Amino acid sequence: MRIVLHIVKKELIQFIHDKKMFVMSFIPPVIQLIVLGYAASLDVRDIPLVVCDRDNSASSRYLVENFVASGYFRIVAAVGRESEVDRWLDNGQASIALIIPRGYERKLANGQQTQVQCIADGSETTSASTAFSYAMLIVQNVAQNTIVESLVKYGAIKAPPRIISVPRIWYNPELKSRNFMVPGVLGLLLVIMTMILTSMAIVREKEMGTLEQLIVTPVKPIHLIVGKLLPFLTIGMIDVFLVVVFTTLVFDLPVKGGVLLLFVLCGIFLLTTLGLGLFISTISRTQQQAMMTAIFFFILPMIFFSGFVFPIENMPRIIQFVSYFLPLRYFFVIVRGLFLKGVGLTILWPQVLALLIFGISIFTLSVLRFRKRLR
Amino acid sequence: MIGHFEHPIVVRSLTKKFGLFVAVDSVSFVVEKGEIFGFLGPNGAGKSTTIRMLCGILEPTDGNAWVGGFDVRREPDEVKKCIGYMSQRFSLYEDLTVEQNLIFFGGIYGLESERLEVRKHWALDIAGLRGQEKVLTGELPSGWKQRLALGCTILHEPPILFLDEPTSGVDPISRRIFWDLIYELSNQGTTVFVTTHYMDEAEHCTRLGLMYGGKLIALGTPTELKQKLSGYTVYEVESTQPLEAMEVLQAEEWVAETSMFGTAFHVSVQNVPRAGLKIRKILEKNGFEIRKVEKTIPSLEDVFIHTVLHQEQNSFHTES
Repeated sequence: MRIVLHIVKKELIQFIHDKKMFVMSFIPPVIQLIVLGYAASLDVRDIPLVVCDRDNSASSRYLVENFVASGYFRIVAAVGRESEVDRWLDNGQASIALIIPRGYERKLANGQQTQVQCIADGSETTSASTAFSYAMLIVQNVAQNTIVESLVKYGAIKAPPRIISVPRIWYNPELKSRNFMVPGVLGLLLVIMTMILTSMAIVREKEMGTLEQLIVTPVKPIHLIVGKLLPFLTIGMIDVFLVVVFTTLVFDLPVKGGVLLLFVLCGIFLLTTLGLGLFISTISRTQQQAMMTAIFFFILPMIFFSGFVFPIENMPRIIQFVSYFLPLRYFFVIVRGLFLKGVGLTILWPQVLALLIFGISIFTLSVLRFRKRLR
Repeated sequence: MIGHFEHPIVVRSLTKKFGLFVAVDSVSFVVEKGEIFGFLGPNGAGKSTTIRMLCGILEPTDGNAWVGGFDVRREPDEVKKCIGYMSQRFSLYEDLTVEQNLIFFGGIYGLESERLEVRKHWALDIAGLRGQEKVLTGELPSGWKQRLALGCTILHEPPILFLDEPTSGVDPISRRIFWDLIYELSNQGTTVFVTTHYMDEAEHCTRLGLMYGGKLIALGTPTELKQKLSGYTVYEVESTQPLEAMEVLQAEEWVAETSMFGTAFHVSVQNVPRAGLKIRKILEKNGFEIRKVEKTIPSLEDVFIHTVLHQEQNSFHTES
């Protein structure tokens, strides 16, 4: 046990001495949180809209008003001719154009069909499709109101029959993508920090030849592994602490499911990332190799296939299958459950179990590989 | 099977293969207590591989070895307790200070509090690093790094010390100081196993093993090894264009061997009367200007070349 302490102490001295590494471990987590919390928003609001109202009637203005009142659109320009719309879309000052043809009101009054045109900038697929669905909704609403009004007016019906859906969105009522992203960032951060730091710290000893020096001492491989990993477990936990403080104070996103449980489950998750770090160190000879292996074979798949940005349900079968082998997949469910839903182990146990199984397997595999290399 | 316990190092037909390549080929020897036992040979001869097997870093493919009475295959943990190992890279933590390195390695060897303090000061003294405790190890000159590495290696007072090319890349004065330390340890009863490719260092050893191509081709004290050349006379020759001169001499059937030796070269001959005169005549006939032709004491290098050439001739004969 004392030997382990000596290794931990040495590791900490080296870590603190390496100022770059030290700063790297605590500043990026906070920066990433801010950046991803504010910038990586998938929400579409204030979509710049260019209006070409060629009818300029009460009805056409009513339609435009509905666009503005929805809160999703912001009129950047009102132009007289259709050809002018192009310029606004071309230079990107507007993302969507609404063109109301001449005779819009008259046709409506005569009970004829009329068309309004929406042109969206498809080069930004996500915003375009969101803007489009909002626009469709608004136009349909207006159309429905118009029909109902005329039916009442002509005495066909007394009162308009309506079906109104009452949407209630649970766990993240405002559908803020930040609330969805921030807990995810925690998972991503832990993977990046602990897996890369661990693998590099071990491979560096290989490069320096100090690992060989340690092998000829009576230190047991397990002492060495525990001594090397404990400091990184601590760093990971400090990062968790930083993230929790930050999300609670800055993003007003407290851990509904309990902070203690979050720490315990983060600990289990760290078992998998430290295990992976150890594994990477057994297959790499240089620090660069370790870094590249970590990024290309572990971190990138985890970002794309674990449901951090893209929903797993939409992925091809084979990728969905792959995602079962990514611990981050389970951890995302856990952190989102803890932060947003406030659920506990009764709900999250399958994910926790998956992490435990993954963690214990990768750890055993890595320790065996590590020991084999030592002898 | 005798001698595992009386002798600090016993090696029996030790073999290491990397795929098809035989790095160490059935090597056997015994090292006595307090000896400075040297392994001499060029790079790739199998010296380091042998040492690494004895320290328990590599597993032997075949054969057996006992270090401190423990089987290196079955009791590597026991072996590790009674040895110190220093590699040619002086593997210290460059980003730790001198003192932090000493405390770390001391702690790893299980030294605590008072004893650690005593040994730390002792190591600082022998390395001549007193007053430099807070200096980063990476900033030390290589000679000092080497002595600190030795200090870290023997903090726990191991009875057996393995040094793998301990003086590579170190200046001559530091090498001198280093060897004085080795003598001192050996006088105090430590068994030292050292590999080197410096011939002059080999002369410091009590006994020597010559390694070539994974095989132990000769074993004995430096004097014994030199006697292998008894019957041979070695001449030191200085002339213009020494390489061409050696070629001319080598073509003579009565010349056994020629080899470069600094700016001069050595010529060994076996039972040739008045060989010095013959050498002069031939060189003069071929237009070389001679500065010196003198009988000389055979050096270990002569022994080494002689032994290697014989080895190769023998293996050539057995193959054909």
